[in-house]
Amino acid sequence: MADNDLALMAHLLRRAGFGAARSELEEYAAKGYEAVVEELLNPEDSPPVEEDIIDRYYGGEAPTIWVGKWFYRMIGTKRPLVEKMALFWHHVLATGINKTEHLPSSGGQIELFQRIGMSDVRTVLLEVSKDPAMIYWLDNHENRKGEPNENYGRELLELFSMGVGNYTEDDIKNAARAFTGWTITQPIPLYPQGHFKSEFQFSQGDHDEGEKTFLGHTGNLNGDDIVDIVVKQPATANFLARHMYNFFVADEPQVPAWSVEPPQDQETIDTIVKAYMETDGDIVAMLRAMFNSDSFKNAQFKKVKNPTELVAGVLKLVGTYRFPEPGVVAFGAATTLMGQTLLNPPTVEGWHTGKEWIDGGTLNERINFAVNEIGDAGKPGIQDIINRLGAHGGSVSPEEFTDKALDLVGPLPVDDKTHAALMEYAESVGSLDFSSDEAREEATPRVIHMLQMIAATREFQFA
Amino acid sequence: MAANGKPPVMVILQLTGGNDFMNTLVPYNNPVYYDARPTVVIPQDTVLPINDTLAFNPNAAPLKEMFDDGKVAIVQGIGYQNSSRSHFRGMDIWHTCEPDKIGTEGWVGRAIRDLDPKKENVLTGVNFGRGLPRAMALAGTPITSVGDLDNVGLMTGIEEEARRNLALDLFKKMYSPAVGTGPVMEYLAQTGSDVLTGADILKKAPESYTSEVEYADNPIAKSLKDVARVHLAGLGTRIFYTAHAGYDHHANELKTHPGLLRDLSGAIMDFFQDLRDHDAADEVSMLVFTEFGRRMRDNGSGTDHGSGGGAFIIGENVKGGLYAEYPSLNPSDWLKGEDLDWKIDFRGIYGTMLDQWMGLDSVPIVDGQFEQIHPFN
Repeated sequence: MADNDLALMAHLLRRAGFGAARSELEEYAAKGYEAVVEELLNPEDSPPVEEDIIDRYYGGEAPTIWVGKWFYRMIGTKRPLVEKMALFWHHVLATGINKTEHLPSSGGQIELFQRIGMSDVRTVLLEVSKDPAMIYWLDNHENRKGEPNENYGRELLELFSMGVGNYTEDDIKNAARAFTGWTITQPIPLYPQGHFKSEFQFSQGDHDEGEKTFLGHTGNLNGDDIVDIVVKQPATANFLARHMYNFFVADEPQVPAWSVEPPQDQETIDTIVKAYMETDGDIVAMLRAMFNSDSFKNAQFKKVKNPTELVAGVLKLVGTYRFPEPGVVAFGAATTLMGQTLLNPPTVEGWHTGKEWIDGGTLNERINFAVNEIGDAGKPGIQDIINRLGAHGGSVSPEEFTDKALDLVGPLPVDDKTHAALMEYAESVGSLDFSSDEAREEATPRVIHMLQMIAATREFQFA
Repeated sequence: MAANGKPPVMVILQLTGGNDFMNTLVPYNNPVYYDARPTVVIPQDTVLPINDTLAFNPNAAPLKEMFDDGKVAIVQGIGYQNSSRSHFRGMDIWHTCEPDKIGTEGWVGRAIRDLDPKKENVLTGVNFGRGLPRAMALAGTPITSVGDLDNVGLMTGIEEEARRNLALDLFKKMYSPAVGTGPVMEYLAQTGSDVLTGADILKKAPESYTSEVEYADNPIAKSLKDVARVHLAGLGTRIFYTAHAGYDHHANELKTHPGLLRDLSGAIMDFFQDLRDHDAADEVSMLVFTEFGRRMRDNGSGTDHGSGGGAFIIGENVKGGLYAEYPSLNPSDWLKGEDLDWKIDFRGIYGTMLDQWMGLDSVPIVDGQFEQIHPFN
């Protein structure tokens, strides 16, 4: 198979998933690009993660455990796009446990995204409007007739659907009134009952039955009506298409700038918008249009990896957690150090992405995490790379060593300066010898150091 | 120069989310306040008065104590024209000083560029916390951002020293200036080189620090302790930046706001005590700001986004007192019929810090000349 096919498949799996081991990549590449896109878009055709195994090995209820389980899914699933879309919606519909009445509701929101993240935009917005974690996060349980709390109404329009500039302050007030009474049941106490999620409740007495005018529609509007009106707006199609582009294709400016800065690639966004408008916001149709577009295929390494992608990608590379093993709960702390605490975005705007993932502190953490994970020759992914490097049983020249290592990590294209530095390392250790077990033993730490150097490159920070 | 001959240092403390200024500095004798806040109110008999009209929230007792010592300048009614009630836009405006367009350059970044035009010290500006605030972002200007001061250093996972030194040497080459490779690549190269330089210096800060002050165990106390440790190590940092999150009180304000004010004011008090104990307080002034105040009327549980807010300038060289003007509480003066108005442009307060404290020229940094206050001795 051609090298560029492999590179393109690796790209698709970094974006639509969390990367792939080389053997997985070869299996995918053999099927062809469009077939794999369809496979990813139809997750029900692939086996699910075995829930009973997860429950057996990763018992207990706490945010660190939920995040740990989520990493286990990201790494092991045959339905990677389901997990990637859950992460996408977590970015867009950002809800955090730093303000939560009842923690299980926050874990429940990720399950909600895993369940409906690939359905249609109306379902997502309606379900999230009824989601206990969201209701509490944006204070809709305090949104009552006569005392409207605008928080959810405002963010639904500003950040979840249309974007600034497409509605008025009056629209916000009326949307808020329409969502009055959309509240949650009193959470069941943790002790002695255990973890149960809070539930959505429509409180008739708190609901404002008066006439409201929203985006030109007048009547006794309820929250469902607001969602129905919102999903028909071209502004919503545009805004969510730009979110998809920013998350899957190439880094855009931060969301607050979108009302004034045009997208870098309106054409591709139009392609996604067209799919939205033709299907009433079918998410799979939008994703299909995007993944099959040339600009997606040409966008290799045009995005800075978010911390979750970096951590999950390194774990795929080193091949751990293919089966349940202890330690998976540590990865939430790792992404936190890199600026992304899953289940706890900094604000309702979600995380700032692209270049803003990188500062001195976070770059330091990204590099150190990868270097530490790679530094163990016993890990199956590292073993696999060593086996492939020494497959011919003979001697591997410094140049071959450098290029093959870059290929097996990515394939990862690097600029001349990076290549020269890696070559300098390869030359400092001379040719690798795989002709005997002893020689192989000696080559192993050298391979590991090369992989650590590669993980420390600028290029490795991109997806 | 500060009075003690050392270069002046500025600590910027951002209260993220929009602190409720009216419930921080309470107009405790004004019936309009009690009318507008039937629920989310600070009862008159609990407040800490500073005069006949205004009083500190009881949870900000340490701040009140520092005010009584003459160390706290209160900037009343800070804001800007056509306030955006969006946090994100609001914070962006504060960070870039660009109320009318989307700016990319942070004002603190510009100040750091002016303080260290030859880029001689990557620690001239240091941020504590996860993620760099846009206020510090400026292409080409090195900024050091520290997540965990006790754990700095690159590729510490390579145990063999010779190997690690070789790796760091090659790292330096890989991250040398990458002109013409695109803004993100260039930025990465610069950041990587700065990390390499900064980490080695920063490592010394925790090693040399001892203190009698026991900071509380909360995020803002930890951040200010880190500021103190780096300042006391004498690494040449001129601007420190850190944030205290959680001030977006749409709901349950009376449950959460008190704790934040307690953590905040206690941490500030401990911080200055720590500096004084080390004879290193005279050269430090702190600016505490937030992106906006809250709505006049409460919503039954919290307060929604408003306009005019408040800021504090704190330090040994500060002439304590009230500055600018507390916005009128008279309902006919409410902005948009709902908000406390603003009285002084935030850029004038940045200007005050930059011109009068840091000895810089604020005009190019905040993009214009704005009314200033005079809070320094």
